[in-house]
Amino acid sequence: MELTDLTIKQAGAGLSEKKFSAAELADAYLDKIENENEKIFAFLGIDRGGALDQAKTVDEKIKKGEALPPLAGIPMAIKDNLMVDGMRCTSGSKILENYIAPYDATVVKKLKQNFAVILGKTNMDEFAMGSSTETSAFGPTRNPRDPERVPGGSSGGSAAAVAGNLCVAALGSDTGGSIRQPACFCGVVGLKPTYGAVSRYGCTAYASSLDQIGPLAKTVADAQTVFEAIRGADPMDGTAVDFQGRSEEKNKYRIGIPKEYFIEGIDPQIEAAVKKRLAEFEKQGNELVEVSLPHAEYALACYYIIATSEASANLARFDGVRYGFSHQDAKDLADIYSQSRGRGFGSEVRRRIMLGTYVLSAGYYDAYYVRAQKVRSLIKRDFDRAFEIVDAIVAPVSPVLPFKIGQIVDDPLQMYLADIFTISINLAGVPSLALPCGMAGNLPVGLQVIGKHFDESVLFSIGRSLEAIA
Amino acid sequence: MLSKEETQHIADLARLGLSDQEIAEYQKDLSGILDYIDKLRAADTEGARIFTHSIEINNVMRSDVKEQRSREDLEKLRKQMPQTKDNYLKVKAIF
Repeated sequence: MELTDLTIKQAGAGLSEKKFSAAELADAYLDKIENENEKIFAFLGIDRGGALDQAKTVDEKIKKGEALPPLAGIPMAIKDNLMVDGMRCTSGSKILENYIAPYDATVVKKLKQNFAVILGKTNMDEFAMGSSTETSAFGPTRNPRDPERVPGGSSGGSAAAVAGNLCVAALGSDTGGSIRQPACFCGVVGLKPTYGAVSRYGCTAYASSLDQIGPLAKTVADAQTVFEAIRGADPMDGTAVDFQGRSEEKNKYRIGIPKEYFIEGIDPQIEAAVKKRLAEFEKQGNELVEVSLPHAEYALACYYIIATSEASANLARFDGVRYGFSHQDAKDLADIYSQSRGRGFGSEVRRRIMLGTYVLSAGYYDAYYVRAQKVRSLIKRDFDRAFEIVDAIVAPVSPVLPFKIGQIVDDPLQMYLADIFTISINLAGVPSLALPCGMAGNLPVGLQVIGKHFDESVLFSIGRSLEAIA
Repeated sequence: MLSKEETQHIADLARLGLSDQEIAEYQKDLSGILDYIDKLRAADTEGARIFTHSIEINNVMRSDVKEQRSREDLEKLRKQMPQTKDNYLKVKAIF
């Protein structure tokens, strides 16, 4: 077994049994990135010095026989919309091309406190707006399972880094599916935690009522380890809370299958793989029941009103004045704003800012924004009602298999439809765990286990059983 | 269908300097997306509450006191400024 094939659990065991040192482990990943990143383009930046320093600190602690947390010495990658003090933090955008993070995001601070080794920053769709990592201003990431295809997005760099063995685990962010869909496309595990489970301090805001940071990893157990390290209240994010799971873990579960998620248009190979895995799960004594989420058909329209509204406000901070790209050849201050933003933002980001500005503008607010927020409460109610009768819901992550680079990048609506199974979850604020459930040819297929608010422990329990069927 | 003037007005509101060709592209794209999101009109929202938060959240308060930051912290921010003069951020004239 290669050092770069390991899970968190295996790497942690190897370190404590002194089979290899944390420095050797970090070196193995850094070398692999050096050799292979050009091909996959998962990483935008590497911190060799910082990674090796942290690894040496861990090695000294191991030498002294100190008790260490499970992430100690584990090489990890961080999505480039999360601040790592002193490292470039571009959010995939030209407007932040030279921006150096002046502090650590809370999740990064927590990883450092757990002695994780941060290898570098991963590529992403610009400001997390995209489903393929093709909107990155720095070029697309390739899917390690098939380099002609996209890794999904927006956390495509993190997913590709985990799948390509360029790190053991990674952090991503998920506003409408941006952890789960790339995890699915790359055949790894990804968790979108409950809204409020993880602090968003130090994450570049896209749509603040939907954004949530979470792990991408090789196994359900690894995703749980990372989640346990980053979760919890934070004085810097008023929405982040400490919590206890609402439900008990059980041996057998009652699983809801939403009929609206198995519809015409879904790739038949995806439907077959998800249903096959569920049939096995049923044979083990779990119960499957059909549930209905009747407002699912409105989720995408609802999402594109709410997310773009919030984005148009959040991205107003990029003004070319205080930091980031600044077009200096301008006649006055207003011209600096519009020229810096017009040239600094890529076309998808501008499109979403325009849409958000329009739906919030005078005369349209009630017709779009208020209506969308009403529909959002109906979408959440659908989940609340389903969870009265089931422990969790299982559905496909994506209606389509990983598509080819360039295939739909010029068709915004088609790209938005790639998120059709993931966005309701963000609108309702519930957690969802995506994991592989088989292959369609050489391409991975994923399912997601959706739970009640703050029921991550139940999702991990179900996820471990579904994973073990493979 | 959005008009060219409406599209330009949105770009102005959003402080996005766009070329005529870009305006024409967004006019087409946004019209298509707006047609799609119009399907929300079909949803029965009678009696539905306006969504605010998915979880119960409380205000987080802190004392309103000045926070002393290190020179090093300030320097990190100053270095990111596109233009400075005498350690101040320099901006173009408003008029």
